[in-house]
Amino acid sequence: MKMTPKLATLLILAALVLLAPFLFPSNFYYRVGALIFVNSIAVTGIVILTGYAGQISLGHAGFAGIGAYACALAPAHFGIHPALAVVLGAAISALLAWLVGRPILRLKGYYLGVATLGLGILISMMLNNERQLTRGPDGIEVPELGLRALLKGWGLDLTNGQFWYYFCGLCMILGAWLALNLHNSPSGRALRALHGSEVAARTVGVDVARMKLQAFVISAVYASVSGSLLALQNKFITPDVAGFMHSIEMVTMAVLGGVGSVLGAIFGAAILTLLPQVLTVFAEYEQLVLGLVMMLVMIFLREGLLPSILRKLRRKGE
Amino acid sequence: MTASRDTQTTLLSVEGLGISFGGLKAVNDVSFAVKPGEIVSVIGPNGAGKTTLFNMISGVYQPGAGRISLSGEEVTGMEPHLLARRGMSRTFQNLQIFQSMSVLENAISGFHLQERGSVLADLLSLPGSRRRAKAAEEGARKLLARVRLAEAADREAGNLSYGSLKRLEIARAMASQPKILLLDEPAAGCNAVETEEIDHLIAEIAASGVAILLVEHDMKMVMRISNHIVVLDHGEKIAEGDPATVSRDPAVIAAYLGAEAQTGGDHA
Amino acid sequence: MSELLQFLFSGVTVGAVYALVALGFTIIYNASDVVNFAQGEFVMLGGMITWFAHQAGIPLPIAAFLAISITAAIGVAMNKLAIEPARGAPIVSLIIITIGASIFLQGAAQLVFDKQIHDFPAFSGNTPIRVGGATILPQSLWVIGGALAVFVGLWIFFTRTLLGRAVLATSNNRLAAQLVGINTNFVMTLSFALSAGIGALAGVLATPITLTAYNVGIAFALKGFAGAMLGGMGNPKGALVGGFLIGLIEALTAGYLSSQYKDAAAFVVILLVLFVRPQGLFGRKSTDRV
Ligand SMILES: Nc1ncnc2c1ncn2[C@@H]1O[C@H](COP(=O)(O)OP(=O)(O)OP(=O)(O)O)[C@@H](O)[C@H]1O
Ligand SMILES: [Mg+2]
Repeated sequence: MKMTPKLATLLILAALVLLAPFLFPSNFYYRVGALIFVNSIAVTGIVILTGYAGQISLGHAGFAGIGAYACALAPAHFGIHPALAVVLGAAISALLAWLVGRPILRLKGYYLGVATLGLGILISMMLNNERQLTRGPDGIEVPELGLRALLKGWGLDLTNGQFWYYFCGLCMILGAWLALNLHNSPSGRALRALHGSEVAARTVGVDVARMKLQAFVISAVYASVSGSLLALQNKFITPDVAGFMHSIEMVTMAVLGGVGSVLGAIFGAAILTLLPQVLTVFAEYEQLVLGLVMMLVMIFLREGLLPSILRKLRRKGE
Repeated sequence: MTASRDTQTTLLSVEGLGISFGGLKAVNDVSFAVKPGEIVSVIGPNGAGKTTLFNMISGVYQPGAGRISLSGEEVTGMEPHLLARRGMSRTFQNLQIFQSMSVLENAISGFHLQERGSVLADLLSLPGSRRRAKAAEEGARKLLARVRLAEAADREAGNLSYGSLKRLEIARAMASQPKILLLDEPAAGCNAVETEEIDHLIAEIAASGVAILLVEHDMKMVMRISNHIVVLDHGEKIAEGDPATVSRDPAVIAAYLGAEAQTGGDHA
Repeated sequence: MSELLQFLFSGVTVGAVYALVALGFTIIYNASDVVNFAQGEFVMLGGMITWFAHQAGIPLPIAAFLAISITAAIGVAMNKLAIEPARGAPIVSLIIITIGASIFLQGAAQLVFDKQIHDFPAFSGNTPIRVGGATILPQSLWVIGGALAVFVGLWIFFTRTLLGRAVLATSNNRLAAQLVGINTNFVMTLSFALSAGIGALAGVLATPITLTAYNVGIAFALKGFAGAMLGGMGNPKGALVGGFLIGLIEALTAGYLSSQYKDAAAFVVILLVLFVRPQGLFGRKSTDRV
């Protein structure tokens, strides 16, 4: 059977999720791994929006905030199960993205960047300011998902760290599968077409406004789910999850690894998540290095790390 | 003469079309009509407003004045993707290829109207979505063969030669099975052999019943294949008629003498 | 009535700072079509360097001069190292580069200085001046005067000097400017120096009122951008008016609606402008060429 890029990507991801634990020096790394997977989910959404459709968002952390706070607030206020809260958060994010996306996505380039940035900041401002509901900047606790206890009942006994590692890993692979399906589908082709030439896409019949909106909504759902998973595994969340810096991190991870490919973007997420965890001295230099990485990659490796590396390898192979 | 042509058989009709950019009247009060299966050429010196006219007809620019109808239905200012559904398709003077896609994918993109479906089905790769994509791919391969790009199918479009890209654009535009095809300088920048190829291709497409609206500077080609010619200068229509009439028209000769005397006078 | 006047005073004061940032945006945008998201960091650097030099014993005017010169040099370096090598890159890349520069400068300021909030003395004391039942600080007059002076200075520069006209010509048509012998690289350098210097000046003038810290830049950048866009991107008069308007809207929101959401005002304005009149108050509509 011929190995399609889709299958290859999924196999690589599955192998990494399953094999990485053998290399872990300590149990702490299950947590780092889970964080990488959570970020990978958000970043996969960015691949669809920016990599496929060519639209930028500097406010996607806002949707992560909605997903996260849905898990904190919905169980407490409406008594619904945290798992359903994830779905509720995703639905609210999708609805909001759909409502604001229509006017916002008419904009291009810088204007789109600033409009999405404004949207993200408005959401994070609300999370900070509506103290009666969100308890403001100090954060709020999030209930237990309960899936681990359920698995234990079925005889699968995982530590908390292991559970979140494998669970988020599974979600990441699922997210990657959907994004890869999209890539070579009629809709994905239309998105990539409008990225290549908006006017040509329109003349072959692509409803550009509608396709952009779909990409925006889908990527908002990815961000929302990522925020929910972060909140659930930390059992605590602060408005920082919706902050400007988080939005920028999402875009940077995707662009660093290669925003055009799911695997590349996940690679970027892994690097940027690992760096500060591995190098504790990094903390003080975090912003300095992040800023530098953003500039260097965009100047010297415009396609991102992974595509650039692959290109080099291919050239060597020839 | 144009206005009185039978509206029953008129496919595209343009009446009093105009647009200006910050004071410059790029197109002013232009009217003409295209019948099914006919090749109508729009000629005129550089900057005459030919591309701008195309952009208005295909919905890329909002006309400032006038009306456009397609198959008897008014479509003035309608969005390009809606016009595509009504059977209009076009190529671009300054190539608008999807650079990062393969040649095949570029051609498949032309089948968007046939292959599109729900985005959920696409995300989940449901059988319906795969079937539509497969059908589009088969169609695209056939079209590529027709423009003799079958061998290049898997190459990245950005790496093709200029002439091949021109043919790829025509293939992409043909995919939606249009009733009318707008070609903006399909042979510009092509060598003699490539021009000849495109020349044949256009004739073949027209023979299959598709109306063609053509902008082209290659006067030999225009005179040979057009049924009807509209001449623009400074945004205004200065003449129209069959090739023989137009090439004898003093106003046309004058306009071309100002700009590109030799080519314009070729058949005079 | 005096309450309204008070809000207006504070609005005009911050508005003047935003206007300066907006002018900085405009200069770079006109010269290179780049929206420099690091524009706010120039304001931060102006304030922080002045504070640093002043607390090290350097007299305030000299400290301010140093701050403006160093920031202008940083602006030039940014152009040479980050913008010029990326010429022709897609807008998404340019956005990420300038945001990267912004985050980098913040990180550097954190290391070189610290994470505390700082200020330095106002230029003409802190005795409020009473006007019609409201009060205004002498430093506010410095800020407002500074914004107006910079605007007039720029106007003279762009319309009356050969160099200024060269910059304008470059912004209209880069290729044509090159053909008539204008050194467009020099024009870019000059634009970044000017823009960074103006940003730093805003920081120097505003810090006694607004205080400064390593992370104040982003807010200034966004509100300055809102101002520039409200007025019409690339239009200096629009930047001036837009900046002042954003300041006024913000102060009135804080006064009459909610001080917590005063920062939201700028974004609501941005979004409204983008939807209703994307070309801004003074901009002209254009059709994308195909
Ligand atoms: N979007 C636009 N904004 C401003 N001016 C425009 C725009 N599009 C076209 N023009 C102007 O309209 C006029 C007509 O241009 P157009 O491209 O239609 O000419 P053309 O006949 O296609 O010329 P060519 O043979 O060189 O392709 C030109 O003066 C051009 O500069
Ligand atoms: Mg043209």
